[in-house]
Amino acid sequence: MTGPHPRVGPLASHSTSAPVLDVDALLDDPQTGIIVCCGSGGVGKTTTSAALALRAAERGREVVVLTIDPARRLAQSMGIELLDNTPRPVPGLPTESGGSLDAMMLDMKRTFDEVVESQASPDKAKQILENPFYIALSSSFAGTQEYMAMEKLGQLQRDARMAGTYDLIVVDTPPSRSALDFLDAPERLSSFLDGRFVRMLLAPARGPARLMSAGFGMVTGALSKILGGQFISDLQTFVAALDTVFGGFRARAQQTYALLQAPGTAFLVVAAPEPDALREAAYFVERLSEDRMPLAGLVVNRASPVGHGDLSADEAMAAAARLRRTKPASPTAPLTAGLLRLHADRVRMVERETVLRQRFAAAHPAVATAVVPALAADVHDLSGLRVIGGLLADQS
Amino acid sequence: MSSDWPGVRLHVVTGKGGTGKSTVAASLALALASHGQDVLLCEVEGRQGIARMFDVDPLPYAERRIATGLRDPDRGEAGSGVVHALHIDAEAALMEYLAMYYRLGRAGRALDRFGVIEFATTIAPGVRDVLLTGKVYEAVKRNSRNRGATEYDAVVLDAPPTGRITQFLNVSDELAGLAKVGPIKNQADTMMGLFRSPRTAVHFVTVLEEMPVQETADGIAHLREAGLPVGGVVVNQVRPRDLRVKDLAAARAGSLDRAGIAADLTTAGIGVDDSPDNSADDLLDALLSEAQDHAVRRALEDAQRKLVKELDVPSYELPRLAQGVDLGALYELAAQLRDQGLA
Repeated sequence: MTGPHPRVGPLASHSTSAPVLDVDALLDDPQTGIIVCCGSGGVGKTTTSAALALRAAERGREVVVLTIDPARRLAQSMGIELLDNTPRPVPGLPTESGGSLDAMMLDMKRTFDEVVESQASPDKAKQILENPFYIALSSSFAGTQEYMAMEKLGQLQRDARMAGTYDLIVVDTPPSRSALDFLDAPERLSSFLDGRFVRMLLAPARGPARLMSAGFGMVTGALSKILGGQFISDLQTFVAALDTVFGGFRARAQQTYALLQAPGTAFLVVAAPEPDALREAAYFVERLSEDRMPLAGLVVNRASPVGHGDLSADEAMAAAARLRRTKPASPTAPLTAGLLRLHADRVRMVERETVLRQRFAAAHPAVATAVVPALAADVHDLSGLRVIGGLLADQS
Repeated sequence: MSSDWPGVRLHVVTGKGGTGKSTVAASLALALASHGQDVLLCEVEGRQGIARMFDVDPLPYAERRIATGLRDPDRGEAGSGVVHALHIDAEAALMEYLAMYYRLGRAGRALDRFGVIEFATTIAPGVRDVLLTGKVYEAVKRNSRNRGATEYDAVVLDAPPTGRITQFLNVSDELAGLAKVGPIKNQADTMMGLFRSPRTAVHFVTVLEEMPVQETADGIAHLREAGLPVGGVVVNQVRPRDLRVKDLAAARAGSLDRAGIAADLTTAGIGVDDSPDNSADDLLDALLSEAQDHAVRRALEDAQRKLVKELDVPSYELPRLAQGVDLGALYELAAQLRDQGLA
């Protein structure tokens, strides 16, 4: 070894490194009332949300975590493998901190049904719940899950404020097809009801037949031709029924949106050190700032652990090659060569990820970042979450 | 090397987010084209992932030639087919569909003016998926209505993720209760005929971690319940196997031959420690702790690999590429898929 090498190339500059995200300060701040974790699919959002919630509880906060789709074993260890749409205390939690942790898994359809039941008379609710259009909408409408996550967040927050049950709500968001469906979903549901087509469908139910313009007749005629007459009449029944309850929907969607913009809310964008995930993260960051949503920072999960020692990838590969050529080979030579190749692979991964993170930081220099190294094993219990929480907080 | 899926015209590639399903779909398209076939690679999620992977301008709603297939050494210079790409957009697909099947005239324009097109493609449940899968169906089974269009030997669909794939392909069920009669209903049934036939195969991409493997198992079960044909499992991002099995056990236990390795490092010219800061010892510590970490992960991978084998479908493995995936890497992965028999 020739001693430490001066860094050259893209890693040499520190000017683009991001400010560090202080997770404990965020969790301990009594002003922080809601933490929303968002990011593309497969980056570890659910684990991050659960780990943050557990850490906050163990630091004395009264926390509820709303998860979307946890791994089965993690759900079991948190006591939420049953979908009943109500927060339950997480079993086996030490309470000497004075904090508490409840968890729930979102049941999208049930949340939707509950909203309808709370807004409409029993007869009307029954009519809506049985409509085939409603059944399809409540279980497969693009954005329904996102909308319902926000609806549930609003409910939890109202309950918490009235009953004083929680002082921190951590929300996991669904893996959206397009980045911020959960922000757009309320708007999309509203525009669905305000759209010209839907107003046309409502017109005959509401007013005199003369509102049925020739154009509309042509449209319904074309639709009946393509989809069958039943489609239009089901849709008409559905829209007419739902319209009466939707005033409430819309007002609440606006409330929830305002809640997200309030200072007590903190958004964390979760990513993995991969080009696609970081590109999505950049989009999230920009979109959140456009919508004036308070961004707390970026969490980069599953980073390749930085090794110790300063042997470069090329040096390691060259040494492995030299070892292979040395005759006679020692009994451990294949092992040592293997270790050197592993080291080279790891250094290359770390370098690539560092470049990706620095590019992100160059474009978004104000975004505080926490990097969480990949663990050797999967996380599926509280002690695993505790380890993740510790890694999130310890950014030294 | 012959393909495990000779009769398949439509390869649907799904996988949990972050497992690399788009990379695998693109590599599979290149591999299929190596047999002199013309292949169409479709994406339906509006992400322009194909354009990024192949380093071309964002794709329009039109079939574009994007790459020459993987070279087949047995076929010489003339061998490879061509990969075309199509970015399927629900609105454009609906307009095209209406133009192809209905002479709506003024009514067609009225549909757009009254927001019906937007309504159908963004809000009406199930309709969006039917439009996307409908275009895929059209590309597989070209008919006289689309004159002059290329006839493809194979179509590869970069599909929605595992959690949604059965719903996405099960178009008849999605429309059931909404469109009970009429041409759309009939066409959905015809599409299901193709999707349920042996000419379709749904491949799952996973990595050797607990949750993606579990989702793959669930996804396969759902497909089978729906009578949709399960293809292979592509295990992606497999760690390098630089250590022998017996060394892995010792690495996990922390009992590797430290002195022997130290001597080897000296032989290799990086162990000589003439500096006062003991950097050779640091290096040795680093290598041993990396080995232990690696061995733990390998054990985890092996446990998950066993679960993949128990799924009882053909499986294929692709390595994790430390330097990321560029166009050249797609060809490398394509060659591995072909050699293992996916294409």
